[in-house]
Amino acid sequence: MTIKNFLYVNRKAPYGTIYALESLEVVLIGAAFDQDVSLAFLDDGVFQLTKGQNTDGIGVKNFSPTFRALGDYDVTKLYVEAESLAERGLTADDLQEVMYEDEDDDWAEKPSIKIISRAEMADVMAGADVVLSF
Amino acid sequence: MAYEVNGTTVEHDEEGYITNLSEWTKELADVIAKAEDVEMDDERWEVVNFLREYYDEYQIAPAVRVLIKAVKKTMGPEKGNNKYMYELFPYGPAKQACKIAGLPKPTGCV
Repeated sequence: MTIKNFLYVNRKAPYGTIYALESLEVVLIGAAFDQDVSLAFLDDGVFQLTKGQNTDGIGVKNFSPTFRALGDYDVTKLYVEAESLAERGLTADDLQEVMYEDEDDDWAEKPSIKIISRAEMADVMAGADVVLSF
Repeated sequence: MAYEVNGTTVEHDEEGYITNLSEWTKELADVIAKAEDVEMDDERWEVVNFLREYYDEYQIAPAVRVLIKAVKKTMGPEKGNNKYMYELFPYGPAKQACKIAGLPKPTGCV
Protein backbone atom coordinates (compact mmCIF):
# COMPACT_ATOMS: atom_id res chain seq x y z
CA MET A 1 0.00 0.00 0.00
CA THR A 2 1.25 3.46 -0.84
CA ILE A 3 1.68 5.60 2.24
CA LYS A 4 0.17 9.02 1.78
CA ASN A 5 0.98 12.11 3.72
CA PHE A 6 -2.24 13.38 5.40
CA LEU A 7 -2.44 16.84 6.90
CA TYR A 8 -5.36 17.76 9.15
CA VAL A 9 -5.77 21.53 9.35
CA ASN A 10 -7.47 22.87 12.48
CA ARG A 11 -8.64 26.48 12.39
CA LYS A 12 -11.42 26.63 14.96
CA ALA A 13 -11.57 27.07 18.73
CA PRO A 14 -11.99 23.77 20.64
CA TYR A 15 -15.54 24.41 21.87
CA GLY A 16 -18.61 26.15 20.46
CA THR A 17 -18.56 24.06 17.31
CA ILE A 18 -17.99 20.34 16.80
CA TYR A 19 -15.12 20.82 14.31
CA ALA A 20 -12.20 20.40 16.71
CA LEU A 21 -13.51 17.22 18.33
CA GLU A 22 -14.56 15.73 14.99
CA SER A 23 -11.14 16.46 13.54
CA LEU A 24 -9.43 14.68 16.43
CA GLU A 25 -11.74 11.67 16.05
CA VAL A 26 -10.99 11.45 12.34
CA VAL A 27 -7.27 11.68 13.08
CA LEU A 28 -7.51 8.79 15.55
CA ILE A 29 -9.52 6.67 13.14
CA GLY A 30 -7.23 7.53 10.22
CA ALA A 31 -4.13 6.71 12.27
CA ALA A 32 -5.24 3.07 12.34
CA PHE A 33 -4.57 2.86 8.59
CA ASP A 34 -0.81 3.33 8.81
CA GLN A 35 -0.65 6.61 6.93
CA ASP A 36 1.75 9.46 7.58
CA VAL A 37 -0.38 11.87 9.61
CA SER A 38 0.39 15.47 10.62
CA LEU A 39 -1.78 18.11 12.28
CA ALA A 40 -1.68 21.84 11.70
CA PHE A 41 -3.10 24.43 14.07
CA LEU A 42 -3.73 27.95 12.88
CA ASP A 43 -6.12 30.85 13.46
CA ASP A 44 -8.33 30.07 16.49
CA GLY A 45 -7.27 26.41 16.13
CA VAL A 46 -4.22 27.20 18.27
CA PHE A 47 -6.57 27.42 21.27
CA GLN A 48 -7.14 23.66 20.98
CA LEU A 49 -3.68 23.00 22.40
CA THR A 50 -3.78 25.48 25.28
CA LYS A 51 -3.14 24.01 28.71
CA GLY A 52 -5.41 24.21 31.73
CA GLN A 53 -8.69 23.90 29.82
CA ASN A 54 -11.74 23.59 32.03
CA THR A 55 -15.14 22.90 30.50
CA ASP A 56 -17.17 22.49 33.69
CA GLY A 57 -19.12 25.67 33.00
CA ILE A 58 -20.27 24.68 29.50
CA GLY A 59 -21.22 21.06 30.13
CA VAL A 60 -19.11 19.42 27.45
CA LYS A 61 -16.18 17.05 27.69
CA ASN A 62 -12.71 18.55 27.95
CA PHE A 63 -11.00 16.51 25.25
CA SER A 64 -7.68 18.34 25.37
CA PRO A 65 -5.96 15.43 27.26
CA THR A 66 -6.60 13.26 24.19
CA PHE A 67 -3.95 15.18 22.23
CA ARG A 68 -1.41 13.64 24.62
CA ALA A 69 -2.47 10.15 23.46
CA LEU A 70 -1.60 10.92 19.82
CA GLY A 71 1.94 9.65 20.31
CA ASP A 72 0.50 6.19 21.07
CA TYR A 73 -1.18 6.38 17.66
CA ASP A 74 2.12 7.27 15.97
CA VAL A 75 0.92 10.80 15.30
CA THR A 76 3.94 12.85 16.27
CA LYS A 77 3.84 16.02 14.17
CA LEU A 78 1.70 18.85 15.50
CA TYR A 79 2.54 22.08 13.67
CA VAL A 80 1.44 25.33 15.32
CA GLU A 81 1.63 28.60 13.44
CA ALA A 82 3.67 31.21 15.31
CA GLU A 83 1.78 34.19 13.86
CA SER A 84 -1.60 32.78 14.96
CA LEU A 85 -0.27 32.39 18.50
CA ALA A 86 1.15 35.92 18.57
CA GLU A 87 -2.05 37.47 17.16
CA ARG A 88 -3.91 35.97 20.12
CA GLY A 89 -1.39 36.99 22.74
CA LEU A 90 -0.27 33.39 23.25
CA THR A 91 3.21 31.93 23.53
CA ALA A 92 4.62 28.41 23.54
CA ASP A 93 4.26 28.43 27.34
CA ASP A 94 0.47 28.61 27.01
CA LEU A 95 0.38 25.28 25.17
CA GLN A 96 0.24 21.89 26.87
CA GLU A 97 3.14 19.51 26.56
CA VAL A 98 2.58 16.73 24.02
CA MET A 99 5.33 14.13 23.89
CA TYR A 100 6.01 10.97 21.91
CA GLU A 101 8.54 8.20 22.25
CA ASP A 102 10.91 7.89 19.33
CA GLU A 103 11.15 4.21 18.40
CA ASP A 104 14.29 4.86 16.34
CA ASP A 105 16.07 6.64 19.16
CA ASP A 106 15.83 4.17 22.06
CA TRP A 107 12.30 5.39 22.92
CA ALA A 108 13.52 8.83 23.91
CA GLU A 109 10.72 11.25 24.81
CA LYS A 110 10.45 14.09 22.33
CA PRO A 111 8.00 16.98 21.92
CA SER A 112 5.35 16.58 19.21
CA ILE A 113 4.46 20.25 18.98
CA LYS A 114 6.54 22.31 16.56
CA ILE A 115 5.96 26.03 16.30
CA ILE A 116 6.61 27.21 12.77
CA SER A 117 6.19 30.42 10.80
CA ARG A 118 3.37 31.13 8.36
CA ALA A 119 5.80 30.67 5.47
CA GLU A 120 6.91 27.29 6.80
CA MET A 121 3.27 26.32 7.26
CA ALA A 122 2.70 27.00 3.58
CA ASP A 123 5.51 24.54 2.80
CA VAL A 124 4.00 21.93 5.11
CA MET A 125 0.67 22.26 3.30
CA ALA A 126 2.30 22.16 -0.12
CA GLY A 127 4.13 18.97 0.87
CA ALA A 128 0.99 17.09 1.92
CA ASP A 129 -0.70 14.59 -0.42
CA VAL A 130 -4.07 15.09 1.25
CA VAL A 131 -5.21 18.16 3.19
CA LEU A 132 -8.34 17.87 5.34
CA SER A 133 -9.63 21.15 6.72
CA PHE A 134 -11.66 21.51 9.90
CA MET B 1 -31.91 -1.82 27.15
CA ALA B 2 -30.30 -2.07 30.54
CA TYR B 3 -28.17 -4.20 32.86
CA GLU B 4 -29.56 -5.23 36.25
CA VAL B 5 -27.22 -4.77 39.22
CA ASN B 6 -28.44 -5.28 42.78
CA GLY B 7 -31.95 -4.18 41.90
CA THR B 8 -30.93 -1.08 39.96
CA THR B 9 -30.82 -0.75 36.20
CA VAL B 10 -28.00 0.72 34.13
CA GLU B 11 -28.86 1.77 30.57
CA HIS B 12 -26.74 0.53 27.67
CA ASP B 13 -26.74 1.02 23.91
CA GLU B 14 -27.56 -1.62 21.29
CA GLU B 15 -24.05 -3.05 21.50
CA GLY B 16 -23.92 -3.21 25.30
CA TYR B 17 -21.83 -0.13 26.08
CA ILE B 18 -23.28 1.75 29.05
CA THR B 19 -24.61 5.18 28.18
CA ASN B 20 -23.73 7.02 31.38
CA LEU B 21 -20.08 6.35 32.19
CA SER B 22 -20.46 7.53 35.79
CA GLU B 23 -22.82 4.63 36.56
CA TRP B 24 -20.01 2.06 36.35
CA THR B 25 -19.25 -0.08 39.41
CA LYS B 26 -17.17 -3.22 39.91
CA GLU B 27 -20.41 -5.17 40.39
CA LEU B 28 -21.64 -3.86 37.05
CA ALA B 29 -18.39 -5.00 35.43
CA ASP B 30 -19.12 -8.54 36.60
CA VAL B 31 -22.64 -8.35 35.15
CA ILE B 32 -21.39 -7.07 31.77
CA ALA B 33 -18.65 -9.73 31.75
CA LYS B 34 -21.25 -12.44 32.33
CA ALA B 35 -23.33 -11.11 29.44
CA GLU B 36 -20.15 -11.30 27.33
CA ASP B 37 -19.39 -14.85 28.48
CA VAL B 38 -16.19 -13.70 30.15
CA GLU B 39 -15.18 -14.84 33.64
CA MET B 40 -13.46 -11.97 35.46
CA ASP B 41 -10.18 -12.95 37.13
CA ASP B 42 -7.09 -11.01 38.26
CA GLU B 43 -5.61 -10.95 34.76
CA ARG B 44 -8.76 -9.53 33.21
CA TRP B 45 -9.22 -7.01 36.01
CA GLU B 46 -5.69 -5.84 35.39
CA VAL B 47 -6.59 -4.97 31.80
CA VAL B 48 -9.94 -3.42 32.74
CA ASN B 49 -8.30 -1.27 35.42
CA PHE B 50 -5.58 -0.31 32.98
CA LEU B 51 -8.20 0.85 30.46
CA ARG B 52 -10.00 2.92 33.09
CA GLU B 53 -6.75 4.62 34.03
CA TYR B 54 -5.96 5.24 30.37
CA TYR B 55 -9.39 6.83 29.89
CA ASP B 56 -8.97 8.90 33.01
CA GLU B 57 -5.71 10.29 31.72
CA TYR B 58 -6.47 10.76 28.02
CA GLN B 59 -10.31 10.86 27.85
CA ILE B 60 -10.25 8.21 25.18
CA ALA B 61 -10.78 4.47 24.85
CA PRO B 62 -7.72 3.30 22.90
CA ALA B 63 -7.83 1.28 19.70
CA VAL B 64 -6.69 -2.34 20.10
CA ARG B 65 -3.26 -1.73 18.55
CA VAL B 66 -2.66 1.16 20.93
CA LEU B 67 -3.97 -0.78 23.92
CA ILE B 68 -1.63 -3.71 23.30
CA LYS B 69 1.32 -1.38 22.81
CA ALA B 70 0.52 0.47 26.04
CA VAL B 71 0.09 -2.79 27.98
CA LYS B 72 3.43 -3.96 26.62
CA LYS B 73 5.04 -0.78 27.87
CA THR B 74 3.62 -0.91 31.40
CA MET B 75 3.12 -4.66 32.05
CA GLY B 76 5.77 -6.17 29.80
CA PRO B 77 5.81 -8.11 26.52
CA GLU B 78 4.48 -11.34 28.05
CA LYS B 79 1.15 -9.53 28.49
CA GLY B 80 1.38 -6.88 25.80
CA ASN B 81 0.84 -9.21 22.85
CA ASN B 82 -2.09 -10.24 20.68
CA LYS B 83 -2.20 -13.86 21.84
CA TYR B 84 -2.43 -13.08 25.55
CA MET B 85 -4.95 -10.29 25.11
CA TYR B 86 -7.21 -12.22 22.76
CA GLU B 87 -7.17 -15.20 25.11
CA LEU B 88 -8.51 -12.94 27.85
CA PHE B 89 -11.03 -11.19 25.61
CA PRO B 90 -11.81 -13.36 22.57
CA TYR B 91 -14.14 -10.83 20.94
CA GLY B 92 -11.46 -8.16 20.82
CA PRO B 93 -9.43 -6.91 23.80
CA ALA B 94 -10.27 -3.25 23.23
CA LYS B 95 -13.92 -3.72 22.31
CA GLN B 96 -14.80 -6.23 24.99
CA ALA B 97 -12.60 -4.94 27.81
CA CYS B 98 -13.80 -1.36 27.21
CA LYS B 99 -17.39 -2.54 27.46
CA ILE B 100 -16.66 -4.25 30.77
CA ALA B 101 -14.70 -1.20 31.96
CA GLY B 102 -17.74 0.99 31.31
CA LEU B 103 -16.00 3.04 28.62
CA PRO B 104 -17.25 4.07 25.18
CA LYS B 105 -16.51 1.91 22.18
CA PRO B 106 -12.87 2.50 21.21
CA THR B 107 -12.34 5.25 18.67
CA GLY B 108 -11.47 3.77 15.32
CA CYS B 109 -13.26 0.51 16.05
CA VAL B 110 -15.92 -0.46 13.52
